[in-house]
Amino acid sequence: MAQDQAVGVIKPPSMDKIEKRQAWKRRSILLPALIFAILMTQIPFLVTIGYSTFKWNLLKPDDFGFVGFDNYITVFTAGDLWPSIIATVLITTLAVVLSLLIGLFFAILLDRSFRGQALARTLLITPFLIMPAAASLIWKYSMFDTNIGVINWFVTSLGLPPIEWSTDYPLATVVIVLVWQFTPFMMLILLAGLQSQSKEVLEAASVDGAGAWRTFQWITLPHMRMYIEISVLLGTIILLQVFDPIAIMTKGTGGTKTLSYLLYERAFIGLNVGEAAAYGVIAVVLTIVVATLALRTMFKVFLDGGGK
Amino acid sequence: MKLKASLTTAMTWFLVLLFFFPVFWMFLNAFKSEQDAATIPPKFVFTPTLEGFQLAWDRGMATYMANSLMASIGATLLILLLAVPGAYALSIRPIKKTQDTLFFFISTRFLPVAAVILPLYMIFKSLGVLDNIIALGFVYAAINLPIAIWMMRSFFLEVPKELVEAAQLDGAGLFKELTQVVLPLVLPGIAAAGLIVFIFSWNEYFLATLLTTSDAKTTPPFLASFVDGRGLFLGAISAAASLASLPVIIAGWVAQKQLVRGLAMGAVK
Repeated sequence: MAQDQAVGVIKPPSMDKIEKRQAWKRRSILLPALIFAILMTQIPFLVTIGYSTFKWNLLKPDDFGFVGFDNYITVFTAGDLWPSIIATVLITTLAVVLSLLIGLFFAILLDRSFRGQALARTLLITPFLIMPAAASLIWKYSMFDTNIGVINWFVTSLGLPPIEWSTDYPLATVVIVLVWQFTPFMMLILLAGLQSQSKEVLEAASVDGAGAWRTFQWITLPHMRMYIEISVLLGTIILLQVFDPIAIMTKGTGGTKTLSYLLYERAFIGLNVGEAAAYGVIAVVLTIVVATLALRTMFKVFLDGGGK
Repeated sequence: MKLKASLTTAMTWFLVLLFFFPVFWMFLNAFKSEQDAATIPPKFVFTPTLEGFQLAWDRGMATYMANSLMASIGATLLILLLAVPGAYALSIRPIKKTQDTLFFFISTRFLPVAAVILPLYMIFKSLGVLDNIIALGFVYAAINLPIAIWMMRSFFLEVPKELVEAAQLDGAGLFKELTQVVLPLVLPGIAAAGLIVFIFSWNEYFLATLLTTSDAKTTPPFLASFVDGRGLFLGAISAAASLASLPVIIAGWVAQKQLVRGLAMGAVK
């Protein structure tokens, strides 16, 4: 049909066609990545949803069948889900907020020229580069340990009783290690943001007699919005899936049983595939909700701050 | 004013060193005998020994690190192969579909690993590739592909249009245009993406502990199972942890700029 209409003017449509074919060719090089992603993540996720509707325990292979939403009902009524959601949200929120604040503080400290600035930055990013499993072990044994840990040596030399970190304060134990690892992550992104500020604007503000705090509030903070959003969003996505310090330090005790750890327990220790799949689906929903909320809240905070 | 500045500097250094202390302590303990490592008050002066490294080595750490290396490098190469053309396709002429596709990719990263691990485990089991390092590399590639595509796309967007158009006028095909004109310009960005993917894969513990058992076991599950029973072990643990972290520490120190750009998914210039 298109050809019939184009009889009179031959050149432009054929050019158009070539361009179109070109455009498709250009887009088609995306296909391998797209197919790979669908095969490895989307289809397994759909299968997980499928699993979650089956009664399926690897220990009882004969007792297998479609049960609809039964696994979800079990999950919601069994009493493990809510503590686990609370643990996940609490650990993520605490770790993200604390590492953001400490990271911002460090970024401000490092955003001035002083002796050994480059070295200080290098040392400061190192905790982020430590393998998380290694960091958890190091903190567990050489920092938190009641007998040989450095922290308890410090505490007792102040004349205080030693702290049983992993039994008395499991949540704090996990959060401290996470904050230690993610503060450098936040700091790096925020420092890049601070350093990209226009020097002229800052000078103009100081000429106009704006104090350090007001300059920070009115110029730096709005400029930093994008960087803060990126670091919060990425930190949230990564931390919602936190597993390593829990598996290594607390084994999910004392309110640290996050959804990833709960699923691990159900599936690979309890061998209950159907129930574990239901936890997996819930974890996805939670991740999407929290990540969206985190971003929305960020926008709001900054819009309100700017409006006053 | 000057006093205030040097006080700030002193405080900065104090806090930085405090923050760095656990790393320093790990490296120091790695060279201590078990008696020295377990001494309270902590020993800063001691006779260095390689006992800890020896023990980690005897437990087969080299094999596990080689496995980690294979999975991480394999994943990184596969991602580069898929993400470079993918991101380039998504960087040409922003159309609505591009945004949808980009959103699709990032949403796969929102997908917790928990959501896909069960089917992957079952499929791997039936294919007989549980405890297979290549299979693990494929999974790492899948998880990190979206980040790599997002990062690389933002680097591709910075390539001046005129250069690409000039190459097209010269009759360069898509392959030539990408490999000879665009890639050389975005090489630092590609390196940043590769570095991040490598780090994430090297450090990954959850999937490694589920999908591998012995032959393909990587460093993180090895570390986690390193402490068994009671006794003096802090020196050995510190040595193993140091060895396990060293490749990423060095890479991160050397490529700090790439690290920042990569972490911020290319949003930071």
